[in-house]
Amino acid sequence: MSEEEQTGTQNPEGSEKAAEASASNRFGPVRGYNFAYLDEQTKRMIRRVILKAIAIPGYQVPFGGREMPLAYGWGTGGIQITASIIGPGDVLKVIDQGSDDTTNAVSIRQFFRRTTGVKTTEKTVEATIIQTRHRIPETPLSADQIMVYQVPIPEPLRWLEPREVETRKMHALEEYGSMHVKLYEDITRHGRIAIGWNYPVLVNHRYVMSPSPIPKFDNPKMDRSPALQLFGAGREKRIYAVPPHTTVKSLDFEDHPFQVERWDRCCGLCGADDSFLDEIIVDDQGTRLFVCSDTDYCSQRRTEQAAKDRESPESAALADRLQEMAP
Amino acid sequence: MYVAVKGGEKAIESAHALLAEKRRGDPAVPDLSLEQIQEQLSFAVDRVMNEGSIYDRELAALAIKQAQGDLVEAAFLLRAYRTTLPRLATTEPIDTSSMTIRRRISATFKDLPGGQILGPTFDYTHRLLDFDLVNDSGTVPVNHANAPVESAMSKVVELLDREGLIEKEPAQEDGSMPADITRQPLTLPGERDVRLQCLARADEGFLLALGYSSQRGFGTAHPFVGEIRMGETAVVITPQELGFPIEIGEITVTECEMVNHFKGSKDHPPQFTRGYGLTFGYCERKAMAMAVVDRALRCRELDEEVKAPAQDEEFVLMHGDNVEASGFLQHLKLPHHVDFQADLVMVRQMRAETAGQDVGADSGKQKP
Repeated sequence: MSEEEQTGTQNPEGSEKAAEASASNRFGPVRGYNFAYLDEQTKRMIRRVILKAIAIPGYQVPFGGREMPLAYGWGTGGIQITASIIGPGDVLKVIDQGSDDTTNAVSIRQFFRRTTGVKTTEKTVEATIIQTRHRIPETPLSADQIMVYQVPIPEPLRWLEPREVETRKMHALEEYGSMHVKLYEDITRHGRIAIGWNYPVLVNHRYVMSPSPIPKFDNPKMDRSPALQLFGAGREKRIYAVPPHTTVKSLDFEDHPFQVERWDRCCGLCGADDSFLDEIIVDDQGTRLFVCSDTDYCSQRRTEQAAKDRESPESAALADRLQEMAP
Repeated sequence: MYVAVKGGEKAIESAHALLAEKRRGDPAVPDLSLEQIQEQLSFAVDRVMNEGSIYDRELAALAIKQAQGDLVEAAFLLRAYRTTLPRLATTEPIDTSSMTIRRRISATFKDLPGGQILGPTFDYTHRLLDFDLVNDSGTVPVNHANAPVESAMSKVVELLDREGLIEKEPAQEDGSMPADITRQPLTLPGERDVRLQCLARADEGFLLALGYSSQRGFGTAHPFVGEIRMGETAVVITPQELGFPIEIGEITVTECEMVNHFKGSKDHPPQFTRGYGLTFGYCERKAMAMAVVDRALRCRELDEEVKAPAQDEEFVLMHGDNVEASGFLQHLKLPHHVDFQADLVMVRQMRAETAGQDVGADSGKQKP
């Protein structure tokens, strides 16, 4: 099934809308480009695909992906989704590896700031659209938020079967035996399911879906999330979705239930014991510092703590240390 | 903190500035003009137009200049620009049989109506560095022929066609429009229109290697160059308001028709089969490789067994686009530390379990 583009330049309704939209470009996008870069017909085609994806949770809908001014692999699928759904009133947050300050997140945020002029934020709670690569924020999401995931390989069965023609058949027939065999083989070989990230999930009891390369730590956050979750794979030209409050079950066995990774330590900066930790090598002796991967979560916690006890010598020392390490 | 990926905004700005400085090089050396690139680096321009999927020599030259001669990057620049352009009209199919020919050769016949025309070719040059070019090469005197080449030379394969020795090229029978891979997602198995479009914008090096592999035995290609022609051909549109065709310009194209030996199958008599290659500009190597790969990919319709990469449609079509390939390969440079951390935690746990000790997930200081 291919989602063919049904609008063209000859479609008068589409052209009108496009004209209308470009006339209303008062939010200062880049000269010569439409609001959010894509033309209105393309956005409409993508929104139609998104609606189909929402109607069939976890099903990968092919779409006529466009070349974007950012390279394939840099999040072109997510960028096309965000560009198609963003409006002047939205507040955008972009994270990569959980952080707002990684170079790619900065670059994508700048792209939308330039092409739409919308407000951007680093605070999870303020955002209406959160585009992400490899993480889901630690702060719980709400019903008025949309998560947009950047997806490199949308097909969860790809490592079992390289051919698209075959994997589409397997999904159609709900033929997921080989996936269960793979997980079972992991258990017999390693005593556990040896998948740390991009851990396959079953959506709405029907489609096996790739959650994108988030750590399995984040998988439980997808389950019955009040936020709409959209997934875009630009190079592979696929869009899929998890509508709000939809069950997302990480694949497992009764005697080997799904488990997330745990650390014996807390975040070295904010002390959180419930967040995903990044491991940072701080000297040539290999000394490690463990800190929250979600930088917004970490800084919110630190702000709260600082407000609570400003006098603690320990946190002052930590603040000094931070100051030293800052670029 | 994590110095390498923090402070991104400033770092990116500075990186862009450094790139711009590198692009310009020594300011004492004169800036490269687009005319110079178009006139003197024409093969680069042609390649970028093909892989960038748009016929515009000036924009291709600009892309080459901006990409500092990185032709894959230049093709990407053009693609990202072309995708924003509106579709004003669709041209009639170009008619290469009425081409203004600058080069036309056939390897299957010693001579043929219209003759063999070498044109500007590297083929018989001796690859000796010409040190005269170190300095301004000046103008080169050329003795042009007294008479122009014949107009409308007939296609070599059509001569074979009259004897029924070569398969008929079925026209788009139902009058439907060919697919458009730039607007619709690629779905497999694809038809020949889709395949040829993919090959036309595919990476030249990738096609070259695939074509070569099928010649060396990874596949069953026995190709002859039926004809290669290069020259200018008219571009015609029929505006709805007018209802009759008008010529809007001309483009340079290179066309290659390969003739392949075919023993026949239960549905097809023994005859010669065709492989087709067409490129913007003068891209003979690519047109030839494309024609070989096109024929290799027709194995399904000709009941041939798929044994080699060049015959494998999904393999060829999904991996030939260098904008996609280059992007995905190079995205490995982006931070992946979250996934790596997830793997680290798991590998440490698994090693600890094998060693029978209960070590925490964060035992970073432990000797491996």
